[in-house]
Amino acid sequence: MISQLTKAEREWAIILSAALAIGGLIVGAAGRNDLLGIHGFMVFVIGFGLLFLIVKDLYRPDPSPKRVTRYFDDPTKAGVILCMLWVIFGTFIGDWVAWLLVYPDATFDAGWSSFGRLRPVHTTSVIFGFGGNALIATSFHVLQRTTRARLVDQLSPWIVVIGFNIFCLLAVSGYVMGVTASKEYAEPEWYADIFLTIIWVLYFSIYLRTLRRRKEPHIYVANWYFMAFIVIVAILHIVNSLAVPVSLGHAKSYSLFSGVQDAMTQWWYGHNAVAFFLTAGFLGMLYYYLPKRAGRPIFSYRLSIISFWGITFLYMWAGSHHLHYTALPQWVQTLGMTFSIVLLVPSWASAGNALLTLRGAWDKVRDDATLRFMMVAAVFYGLSTFEGSFLAIRPVNSLSHYTDWTVGHVHAGALGWVAMITFGSIYTLVPWLWNRERMYSPRLIEVHFWLALTGAIIYVFAMWNSGIIQGLMWRAYNENGTLAYSFIESVAAMKPYYVGRAIGGFLFFAGSVIGLYNIWKTIHSPDLARAAAPDLAPIPHAAGSQTVPAAE
Amino acid sequence: MLNNHAKLERNAIGFVIAIILVGSIGGLVEIAPLFTIDDTVEDAPDMRLYTPLELAGRNIYIREGCYACHSQMVRTLRDEVERYGPYSLAVESKYDHPMLWGSKRTGPDLARIGNKYSDQWHTAHLINPRDVVPESVMPRYAWLMRSELQYDDMDLHLKAMRNVGVPYTNEMIENAVADTLRQATPDANNAFDVFERYGDETNLRYFDGDRRAVTEMDALVAYLQILGRLTDAAGAMPQETAKISDEEPGQ
Repeated sequence: MISQLTKAEREWAIILSAALAIGGLIVGAAGRNDLLGIHGFMVFVIGFGLLFLIVKDLYRPDPSPKRVTRYFDDPTKAGVILCMLWVIFGTFIGDWVAWLLVYPDATFDAGWSSFGRLRPVHTTSVIFGFGGNALIATSFHVLQRTTRARLVDQLSPWIVVIGFNIFCLLAVSGYVMGVTASKEYAEPEWYADIFLTIIWVLYFSIYLRTLRRRKEPHIYVANWYFMAFIVIVAILHIVNSLAVPVSLGHAKSYSLFSGVQDAMTQWWYGHNAVAFFLTAGFLGMLYYYLPKRAGRPIFSYRLSIISFWGITFLYMWAGSHHLHYTALPQWVQTLGMTFSIVLLVPSWASAGNALLTLRGAWDKVRDDATLRFMMVAAVFYGLSTFEGSFLAIRPVNSLSHYTDWTVGHVHAGALGWVAMITFGSIYTLVPWLWNRERMYSPRLIEVHFWLALTGAIIYVFAMWNSGIIQGLMWRAYNENGTLAYSFIESVAAMKPYYVGRAIGGFLFFAGSVIGLYNIWKTIHSPDLARAAAPDLAPIPHAAGSQTVPAAE
Repeated sequence: MLNNHAKLERNAIGFVIAIILVGSIGGLVEIAPLFTIDDTVEDAPDMRLYTPLELAGRNIYIREGCYACHSQMVRTLRDEVERYGPYSLAVESKYDHPMLWGSKRTGPDLARIGNKYSDQWHTAHLINPRDVVPESVMPRYAWLMRSELQYDDMDLHLKAMRNVGVPYTNEMIENAVADTLRQATPDANNAFDVFERYGDETNLRYFDGDRRAVTEMDALVAYLQILGRLTDAAGAMPQETAKISDEEPGQ
């Protein structure tokens, strides 16, 4: 890792690690009477650890000047491993809290392990830990191949990967200690938010600077999505996180917005975190790895354009469908519903484009579990975007909102779409990154595929059942015209479905563990090695502006 | 169109600016007017503020992630109004930084839970929910009873709230720390000053029944008992029945 950095970059790395450690120390001192102090100390230890790692290797020889003929993939390698560790941790916590809804006492008599604190640990670990690392890792990889340019330097991509993971660590360790801003999917407090903003701006600048060095005149469609992901997430994150801290020594802050304005801002953020974090970024992944693995060009360039701009424009209106029948003015609810329905057009254009790209490659889908992961992801993407538009219709929402149906819908998207496209992409990517002929065990990929698919289906069906039953019980009247069920009766009716959900979740978790094992064995099987040619040697230029570049 | 797009694809900065422009419209149209259109939030002259103890309780509610399973938003649906009470008005969460409307009801809505149950019920329920509701799947919060409330900085909390727009007076801020103790210790000196600052309706009690200390349980119960009771606007205003959607009952 360090040996790939130049002398100057090593010096900068020392300065920045020292700055991180000192920053941590200052925050720790300012927050010594608060939980903030623990976070400051944590950052200090991390900064000091990084400093130690760099100084240890400071006097290693400079990297070979021939490095500029190769792509720079070290941060991507780290990102792939971190992404797998986060998904295992995140789904483990998820399954634990799923069991807590069946056996509420299956935990410790202490704050850190109660459902309310563990639940955001689960959501942050899978959305940001797993999803974020997957996106950062693959975006660096795709960016270089589709521009035929090496990343601008060796240090800044590392800062993004390490900084982003420090953010995730601050987030989840904060929740278990009781530090949370309570905004759903934006729970980290103000100091972590500021830290993430800095990292994110650097991420954006790497993207733009590398694009400027591109040797392909056109920017490939995968990069449109990665850019939209980076830019829009920055806007959402900054606006939604605006808050006034109690003091510079307090972790706690009070949101700048309140009540109805806060609700609208929150769901503008929340829905578009789904759109631009969990959809746009992963579509970027799909637009590169699916055609590469299938050996087929993208079906339609025109559909790519329509769906890209459709998604970028329409999604930003849809957030208010989370607030039907609430104190939000009805005109905003109606706008949200309308745009949510229209949103189905670009969503299905993307899903259709992906599936039609597989024309002539369906025999590969049958034989290759890696490609099948990506195919199933596209199907789940189509299904869950249809479900999303459907649930956004006011009367449907009156039944589904506040119930497990929403949870089922999110997991159809998260397990079926986000995780499957990621696993497919990672299984494609890992042999390339580590110069292997193939993955260690295609059979284990097959096992992982079936565990993930079965787990996702059990999960989603359980939540559809429980959600619809809940919704119907809450609104059921008896013949006297009074409510037929007490709330607790609806809770008791959920038990079998909660058991089913927890079993489905476990299968998914088990699949991820097998995935990491397979990746680990691939990396440590030298007999699978293959000779690597220089990446940036001239490549015969493909005709047409949007064919997938030939380099891996 | 395709030709123009082919040009755009060659210009990274242009592409980014296009993304920002196209992506900003929706949020600007839907969010900005909520701050400027007056009838977005109703008037409620009787609206009172959270006392420091209630605010501390609210922060515990946030810290423990209660909002993940309990909404605080009664929708304009017939069954919800009959189950929980008058539908929620925007003004009721006017001083909620952040709002806690929630998105999921693993447990029931809490927007109008205040004064529906006794302090003893809440305390027993939080210590072990299954002691009072056998089929409940709610976690136990027994440790709240063992944790003393940290309130020596409540003045800073009120100040921060004032900075984001909640009209706490200087007097409220200066007395915030003392008032926290007073509200949970009716026998304390000058305890009744709390009424002067926050209104005669303020609950002044040993919320968790333990007279020796102000615990986190005290604060949380004080908060739960005020939910839906900051203003009578929702109950006083004849609820527009047209707004209540009388969907065909499910079964």
